[in-house]
Amino acid sequence: MCLGIPGRVIAISDVDGVRMGKVDFDGIVKDVCLSYLPDIQVGDYTIVHVGFAITQLDEQSAKETLALFHELGMLEEELRQDDEEATA
Amino acid sequence: MKYLDEFRNPEVAARLLEEIRRVITRPWAIMEVCGGQTHSIIRNGIDQLLPPEIELIHGPGCPVCVTPLEIIDKALAIAARPEVTFCSFGDMLRVPGSNSDLFQVKSSGGDVRIVYSPLDAVRLAQQRPDREVVFFGIGFETTAPANAMAVVQAERLGLTNFSMLVSHVLVPPAISAIMESPRNRVQAFLAAGHVCSVMGTWQYGPLVERYGVPIVVTGFEPLDILEGIRRAVTQLEAGRAELENAYPRAVRPEGNQPAQAVLEQVFEVTDRTWRGIGMIPQSGWRLRERYRRFDAEARFEVGHINTAESPLCRSGEVLQGLLKPNQCPAFGKQCTPRTPLGATMVSSEGACAAYYQYGRFIPAGDVEVAR
Ligand code: SF4
Repeated sequence: MCLGIPGRVIAISDVDGVRMGKVDFDGIVKDVCLSYLPDIQVGDYTIVHVGFAITQLDEQSAKETLALFHELGMLEEELRQDDEEATA
Repeated sequence: MKYLDEFRNPEVAARLLEEIRRVITRPWAIMEVCGGQTHSIIRNGIDQLLPPEIELIHGPGCPVCVTPLEIIDKALAIAARPEVTFCSFGDMLRVPGSNSDLFQVKSSGGDVRIVYSPLDAVRLAQQRPDREVVFFGIGFETTAPANAMAVVQAERLGLTNFSMLVSHVLVPPAISAIMESPRNRVQAFLAAGHVCSVMGTWQYGPLVERYGVPIVVTGFEPLDILEGIRRAVTQLEAGRAELENAYPRAVRPEGNQPAQAVLEQVFEVTDRTWRGIGMIPQSGWRLRERYRRFDAEARFEVGHINTAESPLCRSGEVLQGLLKPNQCPAFGKQCTPRTPLGATMVSSEGACAAYYQYGRFIPAGDVEVAR
């Protein structure tokens, strides 16, 4: 529940007064609350935890981190786990 | 070297390891506070790559593992009520209570659902005004902002059918409790990176000063962890105790201030019992008076609960770093992820689960350590 994969913000919207966004984790897109990063913009990278963006990352570190997770097979594992949890 | 080749950047890993070997002159015990770090360490064999002088002690940083049995039993009682839709992160479902777990409640007809975010539970409450939607709000400082926002949002939407069973725990008081324990062996800490992304690093300076212990804020990837260890060892060998941030790409000293503001608005500090460890003063958050109407404990009178831990489970010692999981007599025998006796075998961040998943069946002392 805590690994924190970086994702890229691809859309921002307002849902019931809450700043929400779509965040792309290497092809898997999730709805994420952006309330705690009021300055984050489309194209920026963030670490998401339980559906909330908690910190912004620069692009280079985000890409390095993603590549690493990918290589270790952790990306698929984490996101699949989230999916199973969300739909079980 | 069995593991090093599996690093994406084996040269950097080798350089960090070499540097650690170069500076180390005597044994040191370093605790990684966070369960996510424990998993990364075991999965990548970092403990077996390090020089034998370094002992990594696995910390209590798994929210699922430390949620007290009494709260789990309350969750089970609330989830079993016919009017309740009980929402939780997936990890909590198999955590054993005194007599049952949330999966069993679900299979005997309880409306138990797994959600990805606490806002999903709020949405459910919005969609189903005929149901009492209860969210199981556990976690460290990383998860708490999400749970706090769910309460704020429930208030904003005027929901009267949403509540939260709150059992939040805080890292700095746990560090104090570890350092003050007469059995403490920890000489340096790798602090949990994501907790610090939210809370910043300002809470850790006073701990460094009070206990004279190095604290290095560390990320989760293998190289992050090696770098955290390198910095901790360098400090220890030099007789220094400082706060260092080895995870600057995600952690700023001030943390996430909008998140801290909402946390302050919704929660207040309280004493909290940690499963397997006991009460740690001022180590948790509960809802403030203003939000007490969203408190599931107050809304559903579940009465007195007699708790009963498995007599075989030694997870309290595992969580305090006094016992390695594979030194527990039940490990891999009576206790496996399919038949867990303790929360540390259930949670994806639990130390027992990490040891099981990555095949550490031999007690640590008997392992031929890779050099
Ligand atoms: S191996 Fe199982 S029984 Fe032993 S401490 Fe871990 S969870 Fe408890």
